Amino acid sequence: MVEVLIAIAGTLAGLAFLLALARFVRGPSRVDRVVAFDVLTVIAITFIVLVALVENRGVYLDAALVYALLSFLGVIAIARYLEGRF
Amino acid sequence: MSKGKSTVRDTVILFATLMLFWLMLSGKLDTDVLIVGAVASLIIALLYRDGLSFFTEFRFTPQAFVAGFRYYGYFLRELFKSNLKMAAIVLSPSLPITPGIVKVRTRLKSRMGRLMLANSITLTPGTLTVEMAGEWLYIHCVTVGATDIEAATAEIVSGFESYLEVMYG
Amino acid sequence: MGLLIDIIGGLLLVGGAAFLLFGSLGLLRMPDVFNRIQAGTKTTTLGTLLTLAGAACLQPAWGWKLLLIGVFLIFTNPVSAQVLANTAHRRGAQKTPLTKIDRLAEDREGKA
Repeated sequence: MVEVLIAIAGTLAGLAFLLALARFVRGPSRVDRVVAFDVLTVIAITFIVLVALVENRGVYLDAALVYALLSFLGVIAIARYLEGRF
Repeated sequence: MSKGKSTVRDTVILFATLMLFWLMLSGKLDTDVLIVGAVASLIIALLYRDGLSFFTEFRFTPQAFVAGFRYYGYFLRELFKSNLKMAAIVLSPSLPITPGIVKVRTRLKSRMGRLMLANSITLTPGTLTVEMAGEWLYIHCVTVGATDIEAATAEIVSGFESYLEVMYG
Repeated sequence: MGLLIDIIGGLLLVGGAAFLLFGSLGLLRMPDVFNRIQAGTKTTTLGTLLTLAGAACLQPAWGWKLLLIGVFLIFTNPVSAQVLANTAHRRGAQKTPLTKIDRLAEDREGKA
């Protein structure tokens, strides 16, 4: 029962990933791509949590946490770069 | 109100918050874990004395804690309501939006209070803080309601502000 | 009892993933950068929070770490959304013709 629900959630998240990827490819501006990248990371964090549930491994959550941290820093850095601050 | 000036109190609060995060992250209470966490938290707290943390400028009064709990309740309710609204907009074929950027004013004086206000406004879909200049906030709305400053302030800011005022001032 | 909580957790997972899908759909459909940020980054934040809550129901032992990820997302996501919107506005990003009003551009011109 629960496995079926996790599979449905994974499918929906996968569709979401594809839609965000379409926006990432299409652009048109660079800021659009960064926004799409931000959304892709958030979806990826959900994926990591789902995989952790399926495999029953709590260690994967650390990866999700570090991933969230790094993507946040990355987005801020790219935004500052696009603004021409450095 | 401490404008960019740190006090010993702020540093202690930052240290305590970092320590709490460390304990949540490690999930153990062994002596070596505690020592490493304490040293790391102390160094970071001293290096980033001007940094903000959860309880920087928090008023440690019973009213503030009550307001804090009610604030999170209100915030979660708003989050759900506006997310459902946003989902309805996205799913409707005609995409009914009337976007615009309005200007609002906040009564909050503390740095942390203003930060929390801007973040809360941004996290509820449909409103997004684009720029902050002193007491003025510029907010992008997917569906613009009122456009003059007073009415827009009442519509967007007041709900969060009344709680945050008690918590941070 | 355990089964009930498991099913609630599973439903939360599905609900969260559904919000992720709405967010991405908004990201794709919205006409300009600001509305894309609105639809994209925030609806997906709620989606992830619901997923984390669902995972906490299924694996209560992970509660603290999931809570930490959730708190972290609540604090970092609005900041990146704000910074991106600010950058887009400074770069003079195109706004959809539907836009009714832009007080920020008015004030910037007034000062310049």
